[in-house]
Amino acid sequence: MCLAVPVKIVEINKEGATNGSPAGATGEVAGVRREVNTGFLKDLKIGDYVLLHAGFAIQKVDTTEAKKTLKIWEEIEEDAKE
Amino acid sequence: MKYIDEYSDSKAVAFLLGKISELSLKIGRKVRIMEVCGTHTMNIGRSGLRKTLPENLKLLSGPGCPVCVTPPEYLSATMGLLEGGAIITTFGDMTKIPDSRGRKLSEYPETKVKFLYSPADALKIAKENPAKEIVFLGVGFETTAPLIAAVIERAKKEKINNFSCFSSHKVMPPALKALADDRQSRVDGFLLPGHVSVVIGRKGYEGLDIRGAIAGFEPTDILRGVKELLEQITGDEKKIVNCYKRAVREKGNSAMREILYKVFKPADARWRGMGNIPGSGLAIKDEYARWDTVEKFNLSLSAEPEPEGCRCGEVLKGRCIPPDCSLFQKSCTPQNPVGPCMVSSEGACNAYFRYEVAHDEE
Ligand code: SF4
Repeated sequence: MCLAVPVKIVEINKEGATNGSPAGATGEVAGVRREVNTGFLKDLKIGDYVLLHAGFAIQKVDTTEAKKTLKIWEEIEEDAKE
Repeated sequence: MKYIDEYSDSKAVAFLLGKISELSLKIGRKVRIMEVCGTHTMNIGRSGLRKTLPENLKLLSGPGCPVCVTPPEYLSATMGLLEGGAIITTFGDMTKIPDSRGRKLSEYPETKVKFLYSPADALKIAKENPAKEIVFLGVGFETTAPLIAAVIERAKKEKINNFSCFSSHKVMPPALKALADDRQSRVDGFLLPGHVSVVIGRKGYEGLDIRGAIAGFEPTDILRGVKELLEQITGDEKKIVNCYKRAVREKGNSAMREILYKVFKPADARWRGMGNIPGSGLAIKDEYARWDTVEKFNLSLSAEPEPEGCRCGEVLKGRCIPPDCSLFQKSCTPQNPVGPCMVSSEGACNAYFRYEVAHDEE
């Protein structure tokens, strides 16, 4: 139930999302658009990835960290080839 | 899907499994690692990881399925509210658990029990049904409780007085302490719940004398966490390491904790199968009593017994695995669940039924 998935912010809604968050946004995951309540995060921009849990953005995905982890996988692959 | 698919890469999985085998061999004895979170249990099952691990390494499911640890008396009280005319709103698998008299919320019409995508939708329903009482079933951990807190705060601000929350929210660290102290569970290390950690941060586990790895939910994330724990065992260390840095910050999300503790206060709570754990629950503060179902309807809950023969309690504590229960796959199946661990898609018995054991497809 603590499930959260990364969604990409595609729209910042000045009016607020219809679920009443003070600053709402629209996110997209696998081509599906979803309302994102952004009340718990500051300074969101279009193009950011956030973790969406039950309609609320609970954290920004740190893309530098994500890339770092992915880079480790690349190294692992290199390692595995040897 | 960006930031998902990359983490299930098969070569990386093979590499990590190799490392895990080496480490397990080195340790030699049986190693017991508990995946605390229900989403971990489900993903471990779905990806088939459990079967690929070395013989002496056991992954045990823990109490991190909120629906599974909600005590039976909570369900009976919910049925009472429903029969008293309230509209019940919920998410998760709460609607499918039989109460002590065999009744399920899913048997009631859609006008009386409503399934929500987001807890914020409960307020919409409250506005649309001004003559009705709308009760939200507040079940979940630190990840979810701040969302509900924000909704309660909004109900107060907008004076939506026909809405209330029936809180059975729980927090993780006291339960981890109880498990670490449980001699029969014999857990060597914990895979810590990634999305609870988003809120409480690595710091949220400080003071616990456990081996822990905060892990994400893709196969490589899970294996990386396992590898970290095995390394701690071989190095004779005990610490909490964050292996999910793309989502979990050292101090978590303070905005979420702020609203959480504005609306809720720590309380003792009864966990299904684990009994009362001091300080492990979240009760609604007096300032918000008007939106607290327990206060509003003057509910008093007294402990009810678990279904006969059900070993959910032991499963949740890692003392046994689902196939050890004599009802598993016999009288207890996802179609006809006896205990909550078989109901919830994140429950250990359900995950074992679907992914870990062979059976004739119906
Ligand atoms: S198999 Fe069914 S009865 Fe047995 S522990 Fe799991 S939920 Fe309970």
